[in-house]
Amino acid sequence: MKYAAKKILTLIITLFIVSLLAFLAFQVIPGDPTTKILGTEATAEAKEALRAQLGLDRPVLVRYWDWMTDFLRGDMGESYSYRMPVAEMLADKLPTTFLLTAMSFVITVVLSIPLGILAGSGKSKLMDLLITSLDQVVMSIPPFFIGILACYIFGNILAVFVPGNFVPYTESWAGCLAYLILPAFSIAIPRIAMTVKMLRSSILAQREQDYVRTARSRGNSRWVRLVRHILKNALIPVITFLAVSAAEIMTGSIIVEQVFTIPGISRLLMASIANRDFPVVQAIVVILAAWIVIVNFVADLLYQLVDPRIRLR
Amino acid sequence: MKKRGNPFLYIGGAISAVMSGLIIMGYFWTPYDPTAFVEKKFLPPSAAHLLGTDNFGRDIFSRVIDGAGTSFFIAVCVVAIGCVAGILIGSFCGYFGGLPDLILTRVCDSITAFPSFLLALVIVSITGSGTYNIILALGILFIPSFARIVRGEFARCRDLNYIKSARLMGAGPLRIMFSHILPNTFQVLFSAVTIGFNNAVLSEASMSFLGIGIQPPDASLGSMLSDSQTYLRNAPWYAMGTGLVIILLILGFSLLSEGLQRLERRG
Amino acid sequence: MNKRIIAVFLAAVVLLCSLCGCGGATGQASTTGDENPSSSGANHGNEITVGIAQDLDNSLDPYQMTAAGTREVMFNVYEGLVKPDADGNYVCAVAADYSVSDDGLVYTFTLRDGVKFHDGTDCTADDVLYSFETCAANTVNSAVKAALSAVECGFDVTPEGSVFTVKLAAPNPDFLSYVASVFISPKDYTEGETKPVGTGPFKFVSRSVQENFIIERHDDYYGEKAKLDRVTYKIYEDGTALFTALDSGALDLVAHITIDQVNTLSNGYNVLEGTMNLVQAIYLNNAVAPFDNELVRQALCYAVDVDAMLELTAEGHGTKLGSSMYPAFGKYFDASLADAYPHDVEKAKELLAKAGYPDGFSFTIKAPSNYDPHVNAAVVLAEQLKAVGVEAEIRLVDWETWVSDVYGNRNFEATVCGFDASTLNASALLARWVSGNGKNMINFNNADYDAAYAAAQSSTDDAEQTAYYKECLQILSDTAANVYLQDLADFVAINPALDGYEFYPLYVIDMAKIYYK
Repeated sequence: MKYAAKKILTLIITLFIVSLLAFLAFQVIPGDPTTKILGTEATAEAKEALRAQLGLDRPVLVRYWDWMTDFLRGDMGESYSYRMPVAEMLADKLPTTFLLTAMSFVITVVLSIPLGILAGSGKSKLMDLLITSLDQVVMSIPPFFIGILACYIFGNILAVFVPGNFVPYTESWAGCLAYLILPAFSIAIPRIAMTVKMLRSSILAQREQDYVRTARSRGNSRWVRLVRHILKNALIPVITFLAVSAAEIMTGSIIVEQVFTIPGISRLLMASIANRDFPVVQAIVVILAAWIVIVNFVADLLYQLVDPRIRLR
Repeated sequence: MKKRGNPFLYIGGAISAVMSGLIIMGYFWTPYDPTAFVEKKFLPPSAAHLLGTDNFGRDIFSRVIDGAGTSFFIAVCVVAIGCVAGILIGSFCGYFGGLPDLILTRVCDSITAFPSFLLALVIVSITGSGTYNIILALGILFIPSFARIVRGEFARCRDLNYIKSARLMGAGPLRIMFSHILPNTFQVLFSAVTIGFNNAVLSEASMSFLGIGIQPPDASLGSMLSDSQTYLRNAPWYAMGTGLVIILLILGFSLLSEGLQRLERRG
Repeated sequence: MNKRIIAVFLAAVVLLCSLCGCGGATGQASTTGDENPSSSGANHGNEITVGIAQDLDNSLDPYQMTAAGTREVMFNVYEGLVKPDADGNYVCAVAADYSVSDDGLVYTFTLRDGVKFHDGTDCTADDVLYSFETCAANTVNSAVKAALSAVECGFDVTPEGSVFTVKLAAPNPDFLSYVASVFISPKDYTEGETKPVGTGPFKFVSRSVQENFIIERHDDYYGEKAKLDRVTYKIYEDGTALFTALDSGALDLVAHITIDQVNTLSNGYNVLEGTMNLVQAIYLNNAVAPFDNELVRQALCYAVDVDAMLELTAEGHGTKLGSSMYPAFGKYFDASLADAYPHDVEKAKELLAKAGYPDGFSFTIKAPSNYDPHVNAAVVLAEQLKAVGVEAEIRLVDWETWVSDVYGNRNFEATVCGFDASTLNASALLARWVSGNGKNMINFNNADYDAAYAAAQSSTDDAEQTAYYKECLQILSDTAANVYLQDLADFVAINPALDGYEFYPLYVIDMAKIYYK
C-alpha cells in the first residue's frame, strides 16, 4: 500500500516537473503562436486581440495553473495549428506509436536474450566470437543509417515497400503490422546489439563471482548454474537497460517515423514544436513522461521477480 | 588460462590507429579545401577523389576527414559530460536512496521525456548559437541514460556481502562507492559509452539546423550523412563513404575497448 | 534526423507576400524513361494520389489560411466571385458577369444562378454579402483587408437575377484581384476551420493530421465539372520518403521536386518545368553596417555570380531576376535588370575599397533551415564571396525563429529567403519596401522609391501605373537593395496517363483540369 502510494507520488512529481519545464521552455524560445495562426502579414492589433483571446497575455504561472486544472479535468485544449481538439489528434496517433514501440521491444527482447545467453554461456567459443563480432559491427552502424538503408533497399531496389502507404490498424490489423515490420526492425537491430553485449558482459561478470564457483563445486550442471544462479543476477542491469530502451524507443522513434512516413506521435511532436503548437507539445510530453514512469515501475517489479532479495522501496 | 591471440585488440587497434591517423592528418592537411567547389558535382570515387564529390562538387574525402575530427571531439566531450555526471548522480542515488534519489531520478525521467529538439531550442535562445553549445545541450541529454544504469548497479551492489563487510571494517561511503562498487559497473558502462558515442555523432547533426553545432559549409560526419540521404540516388557513394567512416570510427573504438576488457579479465 | 525535419515548408517561405499584376507562366514538358508508372492503366478508378511535402497544418477557414501550401490545395475548394486562370486573367466564378463603372468606383457583379455549396444549399446574395463582411473583418491577408476596408457592399434583386454591387471610396486598379480572394462561404457557417464548405469544383472530404487530405468532385458544380472523382493528397515530411514513394509509382503527381530528383526518376513520369513564382534573394539589412552603405551592397552584387549559382544548385534551371519581380508578371518584369551587376570580382573589390573595406569584412547570414534551396544558396554565396575577401558565416535557424527574429524583429545582417505574391497584383511584391512599411524587413529607405510607389498606387491609368512600378524596380536594382538571385525552377512529375496540368502565376495546382487521357 505504501509502495503504491509512493509510486503514484513519483508519477505526479515527474509529470509536474516535465510539464512545468515544457511550459517554461515555451516562454524562452523565439516564435509566437499568433504568427502561426494569423500569418506573417497580420497587424499588431490583430495579434494582440488573438493573444487576449488565447489568454497568452496573462502571467506565466496563471496560465500554467489554468492549463494544469484543465488537463486534470481531461481537457487538453485545442491545437493552435489544426484548430482541432488535441485529444482527438492524439487518439489517432498514440495507438500507432504504441504498436511500433511494442513491436520493436518484443523483437528486441525475443532476439537479444537468447543470443546474449548463448554468447555468455561459454559453451561454444566460436559462437561467442561470432555473436560478439557481429554485435560490434551492428552497434557501430548509426541507427539513422540503418533506417535509410532499409528504406532504400526495400523501397527502391526491391520495391516491396512504399513509404506512406501506411494502413491504420482501424482498417486492417494485418496490413498495419506488415507495414510496421521494417520500421520495427530498424529500431530493434541496434538495440538488440546493445542488449546482447550488455547481457553477455553481465553474465561473464557473474560467472567469476564466488557463489557461482560454489554452485559448480556442488556439481550443478552448466545450464542449471546459468539459469538458476547467474541469470537472475545478470539480468538486473539488462532489465534496467531494457527499461531505458522501452522509454527511448517511445520518445526517440522520430527518425524512423520520418523515414518510413509513419503517423505517430514523434512526428507530431516534432512538427508541433516547430510550429510552436504548445497545447499539443504539452500533452505529448506529459504522455511520454507518464510512459517512462510506468516503464520504470514495471522494471522495479521485474527486479523483484528475478531477485526477491531486492525489496520494493 | 592459456595465452591466446586477442583479435579484438589487434583489429580494433589497427582500425583505431588508421582512423586516428586520418583525423590528425585532417587537422593539418586535406587533399582539397573541404569547403571549396573543386570539381563537377556527383563524381564517383576515383584516384583524384577517393570518395567522389558531393552536390556542390566538394571532395567528400577531404570533408570526411575534416568532419571526423570535429565530430570526434564533440562526441568525446558529450559522452564525457554524460558519463561523469551520470556516474556521480547514479552512484549517489543508488547508494543512498531516499529523497535525493527520488528527486534526481524524477529529474532524469523528465529529461528523457523532454523533447531534445525543444531543449536545444531553449539552449540556443539562452546561450546564443555558438558552435560548442551543442556539447552542453547533448551532454545534458546524455546524463539520464548513464545515471540510470549506474544507479541500478549501485542499488544492487550496496547490499552485497562484500560491501557489507567493507562497511563493517569501517570504510567510508565514498571509499565504498568509488573503490568497491564503481569498478563493478565498468563492464556495463563500456557498452553504454560505445552506444553513447554513436548517438552523439548523429545527434549533433540533428541539431545543426537550429543553429547550434556545425554550420554549413563546415563538415561534420553526422550532417554529411543526413545530407547525403537526399542524394542517395544521385550519388550513393556519398552516403556509403560517410557511413563507412562513421562505422569504422566507432567499430575501431568499440573493438579496442572489448579487447582491452578481455585482456584485463585474462591478466 | 536532418534539415528536412520540419519538411519543405516552401509554403511557409512563400507566404510572405501579396501582389498584383499578371502574365502567364509558361511550362515545357520533357519525359524521362520509358516504363509506365505502375499506377497508370485502366485501374485508376478515376482517382489520383498527390504527394505533398508539407502538412496542411493550419486553419481551413477561407479567410484564415496562412500557409501557401494550404492555399495551393484549397484553391480547388473555394472560389470568389471571380477567380484567376492560368494566364493570370480573372474569369467569372460565382458571378456570372461583372462590370466596372467608368470612374472605376463601382463594381457590379451579377450572381450566377444555380450555384450550390458543397453541403447542397444554394448560394445566394446573402451568402455573398456575408462573405464580404466576414472577410473584411477577419482576413489574415492585410492587403485584402485594406482593400475591403473602404468599400460599401449591397445587393439588389433585378429581373436578371441578384446583382451585387461594391462601391469603392477611391479607384483601385487592383481591386479585382482582391475580390478573387474573398471566397464565398455559406452564411453563418462556423465550422470552416476544420470542415470547409465552398463552391469550388472539389469538395472537402477529410483531413488526417500528417497523413492525408482528401477532396472529391463537386457534382453540382455550375461550370465545367472536374474530371477526376477524387484526389488524395498524401503528406510526406521527409523529402526522401516522398521521392521513394514517387519513384515506386505510388503517386500520380508531385510538384516542386528538385533537379537532382528529376535526374534519377526512373519510372517514366512526365516532368513539367515551370517556375515557383517567388523572388529568391540575399536580403540585406539596409540599416546595419556595412550594408547601410550602398557601395558595399553593390560590391556584393558584383561579387556574386548568379549564373554559376544556378549552374551549381539547379543545373542552370531557374530565372535570374535582378529586382523584386518575377517573370510571371510579364507586364512589370524587366529582364535587363538581371544583368545590371555582371559578375566582376575586380569591380567588387574596387567598390569595397571605396567604401572603406579594402580588406573585406565578415558578416552572418541567417538562413531558414527548412528549405534546402535557401541553405544551398547561402553555401554558394559564402564560397563566392571569399574571392573578394568577404567572410560570410552561415547560421541556420528554424522557421519560427526566422519569422520572429529575422522577419519580425529584423535582427539580422543578411538572410536568404523568397517572397511571393498571394494575390495577383504587383503591390504585394513592392509595397513592403516603402519606408515605414511594417513588412519592410530590410529597412529599405529611399524617398524616390516611396514617391514612385505612391504615384503607382494613385494612378488610374494602366500604362502610367506600369511605368511607375517599373521605376520602383529600377530603384531597387540601382541602389542594390538586395542581392537578387532567382525565381526557382518548379519541376512537376506527373503520371503520363494524366494530362491537363497547368502552371499558374500563383502558387496553386488546379486539379479540376487534370484528367486521364
